[in-house]
Amino acid sequence: MEHLSTLVDEARTAIQAAEDVQTLDEVRVRFLGKKGEITALLKGLGKLSPEERPKAGETINEAKQLLSGELDARRNTLETAALNARLAAERVDVTLPGRGEPVGGLHPVTRTLERIESFFSHIGYGVAEGPEIEDDHHNFEALNIPSHHPARAMHDTFYFDATRLLRTHTSPVQVRSMKASEPPLRIVCPGRVYRCDSDLTHTPMFHQVEGLLVDENVSFADLKGTVEEFLHAFFERDDLEVRFRPSYFPFTEPSAEVDIQCVMCAGDGCRVCSHTGWLEVMGCGMVHPEVFRHSGIDSERFRGFAFGMGAERLAMLRYGVNDLRLFFENDLRFLRQFS
Amino acid sequence: MKFSEQWLREWVSPELNTQQLADQVTMAGLEVDGIEPVAGEFTGVVVAEVKDKQPHPEADRLNVCQVDDGSGALVQVVCGAPNVAAGQKVLFAQVGAKLPGDFKIRKAKLRGVESRGMICGASELGLEAEASDGIMVLAADAPVGRDARDFLNLDDNAIEVDLTPNRGDCLSVKGLAREVGVLNRLAVTAPGIEPVAAQIDDTFPVTVSAPEACPRYLGRVVRDVNVAATSPLWLEERLRRSGIRSIDPVVDVTNYVLLELGQPMHAFDLARLNGGIEVRMAAAEEPLTLLDGQEVALRDDTLVIADEKGPLAIAGVMGGEGSGVNAETRDIFFESAFFAPLSVAGKARSYGLHTDSSHRFERGVDAQLQRDAIERATALLLEITGGKPGPIIEVASDAALPKAAVVSLSGASVERTLGMALPDDEIVEILERLGMQVAANGDSQWQVTVPSWRFDVSIEADLIEELARIHGYNNLPVSRPNARLAPAVANETTQPLTSLRRQLVARGYQEAISYSFVAPELQKTLDPQGVAPALANPISSDMAVMRSSLLPGLVKALSHNLNRQQSRVRLFETGLVFRGELDSLEQTPMIGGLITGARLPEGWNGGRDKVDFFDLKGDVEALLALGGNLDAWRFEAAEHPALHPGQCAQLFFNGEPAGWMGALHPAARAELGLKVEVFVFEITLASACAGRLPRFAPLSRYPEVRRDLAFVVEEGVHVQSLLDAIRSQAGEWLTDLRLFDVYQGQGVADGHKSLALGLTWQHPSRTLNDEEINQLVDAIVTDGHTRFGAALRA
Repeated sequence: MEHLSTLVDEARTAIQAAEDVQTLDEVRVRFLGKKGEITALLKGLGKLSPEERPKAGETINEAKQLLSGELDARRNTLETAALNARLAAERVDVTLPGRGEPVGGLHPVTRTLERIESFFSHIGYGVAEGPEIEDDHHNFEALNIPSHHPARAMHDTFYFDATRLLRTHTSPVQVRSMKASEPPLRIVCPGRVYRCDSDLTHTPMFHQVEGLLVDENVSFADLKGTVEEFLHAFFERDDLEVRFRPSYFPFTEPSAEVDIQCVMCAGDGCRVCSHTGWLEVMGCGMVHPEVFRHSGIDSERFRGFAFGMGAERLAMLRYGVNDLRLFFENDLRFLRQFS
Repeated sequence: MKFSEQWLREWVSPELNTQQLADQVTMAGLEVDGIEPVAGEFTGVVVAEVKDKQPHPEADRLNVCQVDDGSGALVQVVCGAPNVAAGQKVLFAQVGAKLPGDFKIRKAKLRGVESRGMICGASELGLEAEASDGIMVLAADAPVGRDARDFLNLDDNAIEVDLTPNRGDCLSVKGLAREVGVLNRLAVTAPGIEPVAAQIDDTFPVTVSAPEACPRYLGRVVRDVNVAATSPLWLEERLRRSGIRSIDPVVDVTNYVLLELGQPMHAFDLARLNGGIEVRMAAAEEPLTLLDGQEVALRDDTLVIADEKGPLAIAGVMGGEGSGVNAETRDIFFESAFFAPLSVAGKARSYGLHTDSSHRFERGVDAQLQRDAIERATALLLEITGGKPGPIIEVASDAALPKAAVVSLSGASVERTLGMALPDDEIVEILERLGMQVAANGDSQWQVTVPSWRFDVSIEADLIEELARIHGYNNLPVSRPNARLAPAVANETTQPLTSLRRQLVARGYQEAISYSFVAPELQKTLDPQGVAPALANPISSDMAVMRSSLLPGLVKALSHNLNRQQSRVRLFETGLVFRGELDSLEQTPMIGGLITGARLPEGWNGGRDKVDFFDLKGDVEALLALGGNLDAWRFEAAEHPALHPGQCAQLFFNGEPAGWMGALHPAARAELGLKVEVFVFEITLASACAGRLPRFAPLSRYPEVRRDLAFVVEEGVHVQSLLDAIRSQAGEWLTDLRLFDVYQGQGVADGHKSLALGLTWQHPSRTLNDEEINQLVDAIVTDGHTRFGAALRA
């Protein structure tokens, strides 16, 4: 018993000297293990007199507890240090770029079309599509543009033969939809359209979205409201000024061009708006009774409105693109800007 | 249509400045495209007379002139213009004058001779855009000393309106004035047009054989016309400000009447007419040489003005060379006719022409205008050239002349269409201002008679548009539609295109949009067997045929980028391809893409290997797996003329061909000038979007059993065939079959490959025992050996 305190001192020195968990475990085994030196003392209690036993047992247990505590503390210290060392070793430069394929991107026109479709589908419009090689009937006749109509000169048309052509607008899809279904009808028709024209501000192919709403009670006021709210939503500007100007389309009556306050100069006048402060962005109107007649819809009972816009034009205004032709060159340096 | 603001204001002059006037008509649907001052800004220029002209002593091309500028003393000026002459009235910039471009006139010495001012040419004052080397010579009666701006009335603007095709009635000062009058509630003052009394009895016979096409034809002979006379300055100026050059007095007068009243006229040289005028349809292939020198073979749908010898003019479009007025003309025959819009429509364009006359007749000329026009033209012509007018002869067919449209209108319709009721009195007032006759026909019901100049108004909706237009579109209410919302049914098993696009975007692809028409040679290289319609009027030869595949557009975009130092390219596109002859045409939506260059972008972390077939296949599988139905797809080795025969797969969806993928054939690459390997795919969009409805299967609580097998087969054996064979033998509890290694080399015979496969079985309701698995493995091995000569690898 007399060397208990020596043993404790020895053990405490060994605990503090242990530099890793394994050494520490060895110390534990040496002193507190089944065959450990302190454990041996407990086993030796039997040799003592019954009077001495409780006191000695208590002393040894106290020493054992003390050492246990110190072992745990040291273990804790060592484990923390080991963890810290490992963490330090595993440190990476988090500013290095990530591994793997970087994302690509949608074409700005698609991005624009999806935004437009999304606006209208949220207010109950469906999306309708149709052929791009159309016939004269759907592209012109059914839209109240007979063959010698001066409005045909406004559509520089690509032809295949006398009656087949590349659609000059997505309006034929409206005709097809009206023929195929009964009002009420709410659709937007996005897609490629073609005009035989190519210069700084025209490409022979571009994208349009046309919309159509046919129901029993639809008014020009509803058209104005729809167009205005769309433009506010598209440009995310509730204070964007929108104005309606009388115009002419053979398939609507009354017809209007829609101007917005120039989004580049806030209406002060700049190159983009030809110093007028206004930008023409859409055409619209109430569906012409002739169009209803061609589509088999009772023009007494139903009214409708239609509107159309160019996706490239809206994309240019929204993203500040200044050259229309860039949309179809597919230059990665251009496309990546819309990722 | 371009017009002079001053000219318009002579007819009607609202209290608005130029910009306000332009805004007002724009908002009424006559869009103003531009406003330009009719002259540059200048001061200090006066009318002067050249009193004397002497050659410059030191310079051949210069003259020393003495000019009377009304200041009392003659002013000496050196002038370089070749046309300067003594006795001329000219525009003279005095010392101190400021010309356009901030050009100040100072005293100067030119080759030693003092010069105090400048005699001006039209372009120097901004009257003409193109510079000419001559000075502008004024009429002899021009008042010396008068300020030039004042004398020429230059404080004026040329206003260009872009008129929509329905508003042919506004293609004249008269029509525009009518509209401005309506908008401002002002009366319009027209110049007085008095009948010109005949001084001779001469007429020229006119027959109209096609009265439907030409319901009215007026003609008049004017003899002893001095075509050498010059048109007065005011007339030339009005033409100039409207964008028309002065030619000779006869043409100028007809052009003036065209601009003023909107009636296209024509003047023939009477001496060059034979027999009589006949207005008739052309015979097929009849020849005519037009005023512009073009020789045309007429079609029999074309209305012509002819004489005994043949066609003289295409009616309402253009006159002929052989019958027009020229310097020798003494007697003329004026034509003022009404040609029905349908008889003229499209004709000019069909002969490659577009004239001021055809532009107006196609849109509709007021059928009541012809007599006023011919009287006006006669009076103007006599003022300028002198001459003796004959009586007007008129051939008209009442039956063929347009009838005034009578249109019913109800207040209820107005309200229903506009979303707002207009008071009855406003409705009547607006329509009457527009020249309509309005007769009440019950409560808020009217019968409206449309004036002869409004060809565009024939139904109630047209009248409602007029009401809305004059009331002001922006004064109409705004509302939200009331919708009867029927639910839209979305098919859960069809992937939306947006998801497919985003899947490729997530895998590093940029979306391209290329033209739907491509170069025929490019298409021939990439889709040699494709048949696609060709455009009759392509914009250029490299956009001449419709694409039968997305590949030509993608490859073109690839080349564009490779040429701009972009070596790593991943592009996709969706859209229609066009296959077949026109009569059996299929327009099929496709999705396609291509990759080339490094597997990953250049970086710190490797990835510089070039992409290969399996990079692309991984992308394609990721795309097709979106709908959860990848098992319905098979990739089979196949041959495609544009693809590498050893790296080409045809895709089948539910057993139907649905696309291709592979490496571009080296020969095709050589033709396209592509030095790098390119991997492409193209898949029918409908198949790519088709998915599967998930079907729940209970989860087994029993352990899986896995066995790994390594088969050695000949190189040419397709993994897919082996996998199919294994599945056919592995029983219904096989839950997973995967290929985890392909090995060739030491230990495997030449011409063979080792395929390591992991097979996993699991039973839903019990533990599988070794014996049954062993039986299955034996069956697989035996079958593999029988079908493929497959041996288990030692």
